[in-house]
Amino acid sequence: MKRHSAVRVAAMAAAALMAAGALASCGSGSGTPAADKESKTLRVTLANHVWTDTVKSRLPEFEKQTGLKVELSQYGEDQLSDQYNVKLNAGTSEIDVMMYRPLQEGKLFAKNAYLADLSDDVKTNKEWGWADFQSGPVLATTYKEKVVGVPIITEQEVLYYRKDLLKKAGLEVPKTMVELEAAAKVIKAQNPGVAGFVARTGKSAAVTQFSSFLYSFGGDFIDESGKSGVSSDAAKKAYAFYGGLIRNYGPANVSTDMSWPEAMAIFTQGKAGLYTEADSLYKNATDPVKSKVAKSVGFAPLPAGSSGSKAYNIPSWALGVNEASANQANAWKFIEWATSKAMTLEIQKAGVPGARTSVWSNPAGISTYPADLAATIAASTKNGVGHDRPLVIKVPESRDIVGNPIVVAITGGDSGAAADAAGAAFQKVLDAEK
Amino acid sequence: MTVMVTTRPTARQACSAWANRHRKWLFAAPAMLFVGLLIIVPLAWTVYLSLTDAQGSVRAESEFVGLANYLKVFSDTERFWPSVWRTFTFTGGAVAAEMVLGMGIALLLWRPFKGEKWVRVAILMPLVATPVAVGMMWRLIFDPNIGFANQLLDWFGIPAQPWLSGQTSALPTLIFIDVWQWTPMIVLILLAGLTSLSDEPDEAARIDGASSWQRFRFVTLPLLRSTVIVAIVLRGIDALKTFDILYATKGKGGGSFHEVETLNVYAFGLSFDYNDYGIASTVLILFFLLIIAIMWMVTYRRKGDRS
Repeated sequence: MKRHSAVRVAAMAAAALMAAGALASCGSGSGTPAADKESKTLRVTLANHVWTDTVKSRLPEFEKQTGLKVELSQYGEDQLSDQYNVKLNAGTSEIDVMMYRPLQEGKLFAKNAYLADLSDDVKTNKEWGWADFQSGPVLATTYKEKVVGVPIITEQEVLYYRKDLLKKAGLEVPKTMVELEAAAKVIKAQNPGVAGFVARTGKSAAVTQFSSFLYSFGGDFIDESGKSGVSSDAAKKAYAFYGGLIRNYGPANVSTDMSWPEAMAIFTQGKAGLYTEADSLYKNATDPVKSKVAKSVGFAPLPAGSSGSKAYNIPSWALGVNEASANQANAWKFIEWATSKAMTLEIQKAGVPGARTSVWSNPAGISTYPADLAATIAASTKNGVGHDRPLVIKVPESRDIVGNPIVVAITGGDSGAAADAAGAAFQKVLDAEK
Repeated sequence: MTVMVTTRPTARQACSAWANRHRKWLFAAPAMLFVGLLIIVPLAWTVYLSLTDAQGSVRAESEFVGLANYLKVFSDTERFWPSVWRTFTFTGGAVAAEMVLGMGIALLLWRPFKGEKWVRVAILMPLVATPVAVGMMWRLIFDPNIGFANQLLDWFGIPAQPWLSGQTSALPTLIFIDVWQWTPMIVLILLAGLTSLSDEPDEAARIDGASSWQRFRFVTLPLLRSTVIVAIVLRGIDALKTFDILYATKGKGGGSFHEVETLNVYAFGLSFDYNDYGIASTVLILFFLLIIAIMWMVTYRRKGDRS
């Protein structure tokens, strides 16, 4: 009997050990393993982007300079988010440098303490020049007065248009929303099978491109008192206008799931005359390999609404350091290298708008841009609004809420009532985050 | 007089004796440990999460809220109940169509004919395709502006349809895609059942003057009953859990009006998009219970039939 219990104890101990081992191996991500301390391998996670392509091609230089080995993981936008959700939630130390979207995930990541404090790092190297970064983007990568990221890519909303179709219609480039609607109407009437206007239609995807319409009509997602501004009169007008443009002058049988790849495809296939979209995607329209209308694309600032032309001007991507990484010093080295003046200039020349003021004042910085696009960006940077979505912690949920009146307007529903409902729902999110 | 000499068994002998006595446990132990660690632990963790208000990060502090999440989910008529309804519509619609079509095709393939092999290979093609690739392919075919489906309709003078982008047409279109992909599996299962049937009852019915329909309805189908049930159970559970083609064609949230949001897509959105781990776990636990309940009903009924 005794022997039995001894064996039983031993078996239980073995089982416990095994379980502990398994648990420890599950949790090994959360600690800071000593072996990683001096790691010469730097794990960098980046999004699929032209920015990444350029950095990737220059990586051997960085590796030679520092003696570090860079392990690069690259994902599409959604997959990147899912990766971060799973890995950072588990407290992984397997990511050192992370490319993230300050406006989409910045607040959440900073609140969850996923992002290391870089306040001291950005100040150490005067030559690298933290002061050179545009103030709007810097604000977006700062959380509770701590710098948690370095902005790398900026974006403004601009009007893409077909020069040939406007010429055929005998029209000037639209400068106001009224002219935009009139031009869309004429283009659709003159060219069978071609939409007058196209833009994103997906409930969540459209929010960012709708935001500039909202600001230009005098509204905002959150008003000055910190309350929901989604059900204001200005917002209702903007919803009805944006949705009406697509409903009345958009592609036939328009889908309500379009993000930029779908909307851009319609434009670059020559199936639309006017298109409002982020300027950072302009290469898709001007590259003859990707676009059937490469030669006839023009760019102009967002047409002015009742409150003027107020396009967003935002940092779409930034680099941060994982708080749980044991390789933070080397991670900073990588960021310093990838965001240096020279690299930012080179990447901007490849077609990615940078976040440093010096690359915009430098003629070489805009030498590769179409002249009208460079002028447009200069104008939007001046009176741009620093956000393109509600600045909250729960961004995805809020986008679904404030985006609903857009799709209701596109499908011909009562967007005013939808805006009222969205306003109430969004206010609940705001209250919960207080 | 013989003396009984009792020697103490050596440790090795004792160990092997013990192992021998408990062999059923020992042999099953690795599998049980595996099940315990990989199924029960995550399940228990999910149950625990469903009782908390965890959000943002699972490592962040969360409060125990009891059954509050369950109450919230049960009273959610905007997303939860519609997705329950969609889950069943999708599963019911797809499985019913697959069974009818699958039975028809299996009956056609049952009797040997020329070129049988090639037909079988062709029919099995959709089954081996990756669901995400299938989703992307149909998404292109059903594109309202540049897709092949609308061009085809145009040749026959039928007006273009919204297909996947329509609020009411998206779910039926996805049922169609599911039927396209999974009918072959039903065909396989039913064909296996059919080939194992003896010809005699059918011949007897034929001699008695039964029509083809009567022979199918009163002879073949009853004999095939257990195979049919297996096919329905397997495909039904699989269809309930469908995620890939829904996500590949409509993305997070199942479209702007949540028109194809099933329980699976809803739970995914709650955890990966909204970071509401508490509510997401609640939905998943309810979904899990639902599948268990259906399984239980099916097996219970079958046991009842036998007795």
